[in-house]
Amino acid sequence: MRPVFVNIGERTNVTGSARFRKLVAEGDYPAALSVARQQVEAGAQVIDVNMDEGLLDSKAAMVTFLNLIAAEPDIARVPVMIDSSKWEIIEAGLKCVQGKAIVNSISMKAGEAEFIAQAKLCLRYGAAVVVMAFDEEGQADTAARKIAICERAYRILVDQVGFPPEDIIFDPNIFAVATGIEEHDNYAVDFIEATRVIKQTLPFARISGGVSNVSFSFRGNEPVRRAIHSVFLYHAINAGMDMGIVNAGDLPVYDDIEPELREAVEDVILNRTPKAGGSQTERLVDLAPKYKGDGSKVQVVDQAWRGLPVAERLAHALVNGITEFIDADTEEARLTVARPLHVIEGPLMDGMNIVGDLFGAGKMFLPQVVKSARVMKQAVAWLMPFMEAEKEGQPREQAGRILMATVKGDVHDIGKNIVGVVLQCNNYEVIDLGVMVPADRILDEAKAHNVDIIGLSGLITPSLDEMVFVAAEMERRGFDIPLLIGGATTSKTHTAVKIAPAYRAASTTYVLDASRAVGVVSQLLSKTDRAAFEAQTREDYVRVREQFARGQDQKTRTPIARARANRFAIDWTAAAPPKPTFTGTRSFASYDLKELAKYIDWTPFFASWELVGRFPAILDDDVVGEAARDLWKDAQAMLAKIVEENWFEARGVVGFWPAQSDGDDVVVYADESRTTELARLHTLRQQMAKTGDKANAALSDFIAPIGGPADWIGGFAVTAGHGESEIARRFKDAGDDYSAILAAALADRLAEAFAEAMHHRVRTDLWGFAPDEAFELDHLIGEKYRGIRPAPGYPAQPDHTEKATLFKLLDAEVQTGMKLTESFAMSPAAAVSGLYFSHPQAHYFGVGRIDRDQVADYAARKGWEVATAERWLAPILAYDPSGEPRGAAA
Amino acid sequence: MNRLDRIAALKQAARERILILDGSWGVMIQRRGLSEEDFRGDRFADHDGQLKGNNDVLCLTRPDVIADLHDAYFAAGADISETNTFSATTIAQRDYSLEGAAYDINLEGAKLARAAADRWTARTPDKPRFAAGSIGPLNVMLSMSSDVNDPGARTVTFDQVYEAYREQVRGLYEGGVDLFLIETITDTLNCKAAIKAIMDLRDEEGHEELPIWISGTITDRSGRTLSGQTVEAFWNSVRHARPFAIGLNCALGADLMRPHIAELSRIADTLVAAYPNAGLPNAMGQYDEEPHETACSLHEWAESGIVNILGGCCGTTPDHIAHVAQSVAGLAPRALPERPTAMRLAGLEAFELA
Repeated sequence: MRPVFVNIGERTNVTGSARFRKLVAEGDYPAALSVARQQVEAGAQVIDVNMDEGLLDSKAAMVTFLNLIAAEPDIARVPVMIDSSKWEIIEAGLKCVQGKAIVNSISMKAGEAEFIAQAKLCLRYGAAVVVMAFDEEGQADTAARKIAICERAYRILVDQVGFPPEDIIFDPNIFAVATGIEEHDNYAVDFIEATRVIKQTLPFARISGGVSNVSFSFRGNEPVRRAIHSVFLYHAINAGMDMGIVNAGDLPVYDDIEPELREAVEDVILNRTPKAGGSQTERLVDLAPKYKGDGSKVQVVDQAWRGLPVAERLAHALVNGITEFIDADTEEARLTVARPLHVIEGPLMDGMNIVGDLFGAGKMFLPQVVKSARVMKQAVAWLMPFMEAEKEGQPREQAGRILMATVKGDVHDIGKNIVGVVLQCNNYEVIDLGVMVPADRILDEAKAHNVDIIGLSGLITPSLDEMVFVAAEMERRGFDIPLLIGGATTSKTHTAVKIAPAYRAASTTYVLDASRAVGVVSQLLSKTDRAAFEAQTREDYVRVREQFARGQDQKTRTPIARARANRFAIDWTAAAPPKPTFTGTRSFASYDLKELAKYIDWTPFFASWELVGRFPAILDDDVVGEAARDLWKDAQAMLAKIVEENWFEARGVVGFWPAQSDGDDVVVYADESRTTELARLHTLRQQMAKTGDKANAALSDFIAPIGGPADWIGGFAVTAGHGESEIARRFKDAGDDYSAILAAALADRLAEAFAEAMHHRVRTDLWGFAPDEAFELDHLIGEKYRGIRPAPGYPAQPDHTEKATLFKLLDAEVQTGMKLTESFAMSPAAAVSGLYFSHPQAHYFGVGRIDRDQVADYAARKGWEVATAERWLAPILAYDPSGEPRGAAA
Repeated sequence: MNRLDRIAALKQAARERILILDGSWGVMIQRRGLSEEDFRGDRFADHDGQLKGNNDVLCLTRPDVIADLHDAYFAAGADISETNTFSATTIAQRDYSLEGAAYDINLEGAKLARAAADRWTARTPDKPRFAAGSIGPLNVMLSMSSDVNDPGARTVTFDQVYEAYREQVRGLYEGGVDLFLIETITDTLNCKAAIKAIMDLRDEEGHEELPIWISGTITDRSGRTLSGQTVEAFWNSVRHARPFAIGLNCALGADLMRPHIAELSRIADTLVAAYPNAGLPNAMGQYDEEPHETACSLHEWAESGIVNILGGCCGTTPDHIAHVAQSVAGLAPRALPERPTAMRLAGLEAFELA
């Protein structure tokens, strides 16, 4: 499909996006990359990269960013527009792109010689070029000058330089209208006219422009600005404009703009005298505040929608997530139709379709969609008794039936629940089997309900293996329906390399996040799209597998003996390790939730709703800010209730024991005589190649060795999840998935906060090695304190089974009511456990991939078969245990 | 004939028939069983470190062997033979500490190919022969990270790659090649540096405009170059060189390469060239495809009208080339397609604004 109008993503432009500028200035390139990725995912066909900012080293930023993009196939698939007012930055950018880019821009501003030289270079690097309507006299403002300059530039490029005309894009300058200065009134007309003439007279040339300039005088009033952009583009595209730097996803459809506003905007754009007389600028200025959409106006609008016909009221309630009037409106709608079912199939589904479209277009965000679902459920609940009375019995027509489950051994389901709600919003029937569901049951239920798709979810690493097992069982039992994979530890690579090959009878698809779920499911259930989608996925996974195989070969591991010799060496003679105030365990029942609330780190909370950004800046984000603010308000209200009504019980236990390291193990002693071994904690050592004085660390390096000074280790297990599943169940039964998910997410945050609070208390009091440490949340979140609390199953010790030892030492089941599943997930799910290390040089690190020699050694230390070790450590193996040893084959 | 006459003859020949390129050099040199002393010759007798395996240096130290191979391929029916300069850049020769000899290798390599081509043209004036200057990839890439932990890391800059290629191009040009063959391209940005070097030298040192033949490598079944581009994106990214020919070589045998050549044939409004490997290597790293098998596959391509130039890459021998030349003799070369004028850009994938 060839686009008619090309949207050029504008968010990776420091002059256009405050957020992007800040990320680049702070050197937060991963987040800056995610901005680029979002744009491509949202449909940008070209991304504009601009680093022109006085405080930046713009050239270095351009090079760094383009080099990073090159490593991201999701982003690098589209061409780049290298945007700068400085030629040297453009040229630096051209040296970083393998594809054919667009240079934005060159002009005759400094005369023909420089223009020709730069055009030649564009030709030699292989780039299309944007030419500004700018000459020695200045920027062209009238249509006549725009046309004259572009024509002159075209002739030079085509006739003298030999530039392909199809690679020339003119930017005839979009200037602000409605500025109050009369000479500016015709600027939009000038652009549109120039566009029309250039397209007619200069064959193959294209027209582009920075659209947001046109509405500059209405900055601060986004709704009116968007209307201006929409009307301007409508006319400019009709005249032949081909592309623009614009946030097109954000624009209202021309036809949907209020007629009164549209006419006023149109008068301004086309420089017409209003029907009512007077100046068109004054008319729009007068009208603008009415459409500003600030707080005070929302009230007015609020009341206004109550006057609409009932179908529109239902749609409004769904889109805006308002439950207040839903029962009455649903009832009113029911009285107008023959059967209650018709309300669902008519106005309610119409409303949900709008929600689906807005979400798909990136104009609504997850929390808002989940709220819409709540409204929908409540409306359906109102209709249920009438439908039953009618004895219709027949369930309504569904788009498809999807079975979802969190696999055996895993208890995490927030993400899965969000996906379920989003699918339901789109008219899919979702059968949710809950958490810890064994493969047999998943497949039995799938058969019993004759489902169309199975979706598996999981958060902890052992779930990856379980998913492979489910896939293999599907193959064995002859399933031929698509399989979906999602959840925090899952990945496209794992799906492609491990899961998909186990289930060859049908497709397996990795679903990155909830926002993709509908797209994937609808394509998989579409008669027309399915084959193409599956073929594309298959092809993609072949590539992923090959990339993975290549990556495997490149990762050389250091032999474990050498890694141990390069351990993280601490000078144990420098200072004696601090002694805790007690040894053994101490439990904390019903910890004060109000106290815990102070320790909450909110950034991950927003992330769990797929709102990306740092708290509190996210509340003012220009894209997700509104959604984030609403979510934040709801979260605060619920948190107040949780605290006030004690919805959850927070229970925890901490312990300290005499300990010494023994190689890569830590020996935990029964008492200070250090003769009786109470338990042995096993750690894993980094085997990546290290350079310079960088060590191959293992957690045992942070504990003094046997024969060294006396040392101690601590451990903890905390949960804020007792009561959470009951609360969530209550909300769900009431049809309020939004609150159910919100409650679960808050329980998670409270558990993390509990771990943070407890660690603070350990440092300042219970172990007491940092009695004077001040309480500052930012410091805690930034981990700017002494000592660490690594958790089994996380990067510093990826082996989840170590939790069993920890739980035994802590007697955690009895002390806190927490349990471990067969995959060593903690139940309740809102829980954290880990070890405490006191040494000032102790730090977090990732073990990374490990080789056969360490796995064999680790298995011996744990008393396991090597195969058992390979199963538990599967995600971090540097080799394929089923394959030949690396290097053995030629 | 001077060089401009030869270029005109090359273009005329391409209109009339399918042109034949030579085959593999590596395997043929290996068969000679040369010793370390052969590689060193007098010039590098005292050089530190091993030179055996540095095939390009043989242009200086065993020119007789290189001349023999050109002869063998011309005798087999090749129209074009490549200089033995695949790795003769300052960057690639650094592995042998021979960066100082890079220019000389190109100059002498080009002279050897030139002399051989002229000998054969004199012998068969109705079938003029041509020398293509081989410009290989580098062991460093501009689009790929050099450090798994840092996706933005690069071991070389565009300017360094450009300078290395510029010196190679100058040596080949001055040694008398008829065209440049940028081949086995794994990273399009490296290739773009070579293109810029060629174009700049025309302007800055008055080089005659030699035809450029660009040959990428699809590394595996994914259908992408190593740096991730589709065939169409690759074409869009190098089209500014106005290449005489675009094509693919190496990594794949004929069967796996065919769909990608067919795609190029559809989209490229210039000659299409292909020189696949002799199948895929077996477990011992050797190629077992027989000359008649290679010829059979390529014959089908010619019959289908999707190619203008054919030859062989890894594992092919003069025997393979002789079979290919015979099997396509008399078949019409592919006709160039007319493509509508459109802006065609590329990231990893192609983008067309029609």
